[in-house]
Amino acid sequence: MPIQILMPALSPTMTEGKLARWLKGEGDAVKSGEILAEIETDKATMEMEAVDEGTLGKILVPDGTEGVAVNTPIAVLLADGEGDEALQRVIERAVADTAPVAAKAPQASVQPAPAPATAPPTAAAEKVYAKTIRQTVREALRDAMAEEMRRDPAVFLMGEEVAQYQGAYKVSQGLLDEFGPKRVIDTPITEMGFTGLGVGAAYAGLKPIVEFMTFNFSMQAIDQIINSAAKTLYMGGGQLGSPIVFRGPNGAASRVGAQHSQCYASWFAHCPGLKVVAPYSAADAKGLLKAAIRDPNPVLVLENELLYGQSFEVPDDPDFVIPIGKAKIERSGSSVTITAFSRMVHLALEAAALLAKEGIEAEVINLRSLRPLDVETIVASVKKTNRIVSLEEGWPFAGIGAEIAAVMQEQAFDWLDAPVTRVTGKDVPMPYAANLERMALPQIDDVVAAAKAVCYR
Amino acid sequence: MAISKRKVRGAAPAATAEQSIEYYKTMLLIRRFEEKAGQLYGMGLINGFCHLYIGQEAVVVGMQAALKDGDSVITSYRDHGHMLACGMDAKGVMAELTGRAGGYSKGKGGSMHMFSREKHFYGGHGIVGAQVPLGTGLAFAHHYREDGGVCLCYLGDGAINQGQVYESFNMASLWKLPVVYVIENNKYAMGTSIERSSAGTELARRGAAYNVPGKQVDGMDVMAVRAAADEAVGHARRGDGPFILEMKTYRYRGHSMSDPAKYRTKEEVAKMREQHDPIDQLRKKMLEEGQTSEEVLKEIDRQVKGIVGEAADFAQSSPEPDAQELWTDILVEA
Ligand SMILES: Cc1ncc(C[n+]2csc(CCOP(=O)(O)OP(=O)(O)O)c2C)c(N)n1
Ligand SMILES: [Mg+2]
Repeated sequence: MPIQILMPALSPTMTEGKLARWLKGEGDAVKSGEILAEIETDKATMEMEAVDEGTLGKILVPDGTEGVAVNTPIAVLLADGEGDEALQRVIERAVADTAPVAAKAPQASVQPAPAPATAPPTAAAEKVYAKTIRQTVREALRDAMAEEMRRDPAVFLMGEEVAQYQGAYKVSQGLLDEFGPKRVIDTPITEMGFTGLGVGAAYAGLKPIVEFMTFNFSMQAIDQIINSAAKTLYMGGGQLGSPIVFRGPNGAASRVGAQHSQCYASWFAHCPGLKVVAPYSAADAKGLLKAAIRDPNPVLVLENELLYGQSFEVPDDPDFVIPIGKAKIERSGSSVTITAFSRMVHLALEAAALLAKEGIEAEVINLRSLRPLDVETIVASVKKTNRIVSLEEGWPFAGIGAEIAAVMQEQAFDWLDAPVTRVTGKDVPMPYAANLERMALPQIDDVVAAAKAVCYR
Repeated sequence: MAISKRKVRGAAPAATAEQSIEYYKTMLLIRRFEEKAGQLYGMGLINGFCHLYIGQEAVVVGMQAALKDGDSVITSYRDHGHMLACGMDAKGVMAELTGRAGGYSKGKGGSMHMFSREKHFYGGHGIVGAQVPLGTGLAFAHHYREDGGVCLCYLGDGAINQGQVYESFNMASLWKLPVVYVIENNKYAMGTSIERSSAGTELARRGAAYNVPGKQVDGMDVMAVRAAADEAVGHARRGDGPFILEMKTYRYRGHSMSDPAKYRTKEEVAKMREQHDPIDQLRKKMLEEGQTSEEVLKEIDRQVKGIVGEAADFAQSSPEPDAQELWTDILVEA
């Protein structure tokens, strides 16, 4: 039986890739372990090894094809003695297979949100930029760092794999080339050490950007973040602060299990002396990271791995900065307010689109900043909608939604027509199994159901 | 293999033909298991992080040979080989990789997080370096209970730079805890070579300031590993405290499935594979010394293939965990 060679998944988040180059041609003998082709994922170019032996009968997907979905048949391998007829049978089957496989929409992909019916109000007096460029979140973060490093020689980047490897998630691509090893520094795996070192350097007036490969590893260093960075200004009666940025991917990625999937938003937002931002779009990422680097305080920038490859419009202006502490109304509506941050903004917008079909107009607030929280914008929205749903990926207990619920009853109690409702990650460590992981994370349906419930529908 | 209290110093006796064949079989099992895991990952049946042990097989197999029943083992996320060497069932390990109910953690842990109380395997830890104080604690429990047990605590050349490693060395030495720290120096921590991460690259000496003896070992030679293991485990079991073994080894694949490994040359990898492969070396030695025959080795190949094939089938046919499992195992009912 000829064997179909399928497009392999080469990274935890890969749903499709580019077939960059075949290294074997039709008719070539193939031994198991030999390199068949080069495949570009969103992160890297990978080599694809042959699993089985035989002769490469037919290449179904030629060099240079982009967007090949994982598991699409890309070639047919013939066993010894198999000829044209067997090949033809398999090709017919492969072509039939391709359609449904490719059509299966990858669950994790984030489409740009549908344009809202009415233009979002410039509630937080958002400056409008005439010129924009389309960028991924990954590129926007890189550009933010590069621009600030050009602007201020005291800014430097430090972390695991940030320099020669170009970032574990390729966020710092090109920075070593431009700024050299003095300012783009690969550290050993010693989070407590390099975080403390960064804080010390900040005491002395430098402006470190400390990258955590993921925020899970910031737990090794949380003492230095809280006890050394957050409290020193206060303890010293205002003499010395810590102008430092801690950044990296936060929250659940995909199928990486309990120790690598967790949202730390409420952990850091709990602490006076810190600022905490969580960008959603590429524009958020660029504007907030630039603001964080310029800020004279310790700022945590909670990014999200699943958003790195998503593209958005970004203002093309070196002075584009988003003020920390201002939320953004992504979609205006009068029926219910939905607050969200980071990747959950996408879910909120998707839910709003579904709700609109049922005549419920949701106002979606992208919090952007968690500490300080833009209470003014949230309260103003609730005075209009009289209902609020808080959405977050993290655990419910003492979470961001718990804080929002408390603030609403303090400042918007008389305007509320329904209980403040939370949609959160489940109160369990993150399971690895696909079905359980899906259940553990908020889904669009959960948001729709919560919004309907507060609208009594 | 049990060792007596006395015969630990000096050259360990050569392995018997039976032992050599056992080591060969276990190393081959790990190799084939990992190759299969790589294939299942490519098919989308395994997701997330998956760190393969291919190339390093001699380390766990040689170390395990020095253990007695009741000794404990702990390691990082690159853990499939350790579990197979501990005698954990290939089916249960593979089913955990696919996230199924038949896996060691009922599908809730994944590649990096598996445990077996029965085999005294304590994980399976994803935070680099965190297993080192944990392993020291397992040794503390052996010491406290006076049960004669030893803990093997594995860590990488990247993990060695975490501060908690040195906090552990100090306590273990201070309290004479029966622990052997096995540093699997495969030259790289992700894309960072040991020269770029470590001011001192002789890792066997990292315990010197705490009076922890250390030894560098050819980790591609299972017999050398076994001899060093006998010495180090003997030292710990006698009550002389911790011991460090630095295993010079190599991983053939990328750090995890998404690493293109562009930080090293193809020649470097090819050289290790061709000249130092732990399985090929042992195979050659056994044939030369007449310890075995091609027919016997063929039969072992066949058996191993069978075990791995069965594991892969089980990992695909075992159902997903029941939805109720989301809410179990968070706290012990008290
Ligand atoms: C505290 C912490 N920091 C960073 C990481 C990300 N990370 C996972 S493995 C790894 C490299 C470890 O290398 P090494 O200790 O040499 O072990 P090897 O992978 O070579 O077996 C890194 C940086 C992590 N899991 N935990
Ligand atoms: Mg290593």
